[in-house]
Amino acid sequence: MSQEIPLWEVFIRSKNGLEHRHCGSLHAEDAEMAMNNARDVYTRRNEGVSIWVVESKNITASSPEASGELFEPATDKVYRHPTFYELPEELKHM
Amino acid sequence: METNSNLSAKAISNSAVPIKELNPQFLESTENKKHLIDYLLGVADNYLILGQRLGELCGHGPNLEPDIALTNISLDMFGQVRSFYQYIAQLKGDKTTEDDIAFLRKEREYKNVLLVEQPNTDFGYVIVRQFFFDVYNRMFLGALQQSADQTLRALAFKGIKEASYHERFSGDWLKRLGDGTEESKTRVQQAVNDLWIYTDELFHTTEADDAMIAAGVAPDMLQLKEYYYDKVGELFSTAALEIPEVEYFQKGGKEGMHSEHMGYILADMQYMQRTYPDSKW
Repeated sequence: MSQEIPLWEVFIRSKNGLEHRHCGSLHAEDAEMAMNNARDVYTRRNEGVSIWVVESKNITASSPEASGELFEPATDKVYRHPTFYELPEELKHM
Repeated sequence: METNSNLSAKAISNSAVPIKELNPQFLESTENKKHLIDYLLGVADNYLILGQRLGELCGHGPNLEPDIALTNISLDMFGQVRSFYQYIAQLKGDKTTEDDIAFLRKEREYKNVLLVEQPNTDFGYVIVRQFFFDVYNRMFLGALQQSADQTLRALAFKGIKEASYHERFSGDWLKRLGDGTEESKTRVQQAVNDLWIYTDELFHTTEADDAMIAAGVAPDMLQLKEYYYDKVGELFSTAALEIPEVEYFQKGGKEGMHSEHMGYILADMQYMQRTYPDSKW
C-alpha cells in the first residue's frame, strides 16, 4: 500500500531568519496531506515555524556514479579557498 | 438558511459582545456548584474517552504518518481533559485529584456522549467519528470563549488552536476517503451511516447544562446546532458523501447510560489504578 503513496521531502525553518533545512521525508497522497503529515511528524516537539514540502520525484539528484567527475577534481585545488590573503590586524571575524 | 448560519458563525467568534462576569457569590450555592461540576464532566469526559479510543491506535495506524497524527490528537485530548478535571478537583475542594476523576468512577458516572465511545472499526470510522467530534469541539470552544466563568474562558482560548487543527486533519481525510477510490468511498459512507445517529446527542442538554446555559457559563449549543449541520453538510458535498436519513437519534451517554463498548474501555483504562491504587512511575 505505502509503495503506491508518493514520497515527499520536508524542509523546516526552525526560527524566523534561518533557512529551511531538509529534515526528512514522508508519504502523502497530495501536497495538502503532505503538509499536515509534516506538521504531525516533524514539528510536534516545537521544531519549526515554517514548512516546505516538495514531492521527491521533482528533485533532480546527482548520481553517485558521477561523484568522481563531479566532486573529486575540487579536492586538490586548495587555491580556490581564499586562505592565501594576508589580512590586516584590524579585520576580525573572517 | 444562509442568514442563520451567518448568525451562528458570528455567535461563535463575536468578540464585540461584552462578556458577562459570573457573580462571585454564584458558586457559594451548593446546587450551582453541583451543576457546574456535572456540566464540566459532560464536557470533559468526551475528551477522555475519545483520547483513550485514539490511544488504542498507537502503533496500529495504516502507516507511520496518520499513526503519529492520531496519537498526537489523542494526547491533545488528554491535555484538554486534565485542565477540566483539575478545575473540577479545585471546585470540589476535598482530596479529590484529577486522577481520581479520570480513573475511579463507575460507568454510570461518566457523562461522555455515545459518539466518542464507538469502536475503531476501521480507518474510515476513526476519521468520521473524529470529524463529527472536531466540528462540534471547535465550535464549542469558540463559543466557550464568551463564558461568564473566567477559568472556562481561559481553557477555551488555550484549546481552540489545536481543535482547529484537528478539524482540518479529519476534514481533509474525510474528503480524500469520500472522493477517493470506490473502496474508500463505500467504507467511509458506511461509517457515516453508522455514526450519524450519534451526532444529535452532542447538542443534548441535561438539567445541569441548562442551569449553566442560563447562568451564561455554558454556550447554548442548541443555537449552534444548525451551524454544525451546515458545516458537516458542506464538507459532505465536497467529499461526495451522502447524509443518511434516520428516523431517530441515539442518546443516553450524557445521562450516564452508555453503549456496550463503554465497560471495555473503562476496564482497559482503569485496570492499573484499580489493581495498584495510587501507583506512581
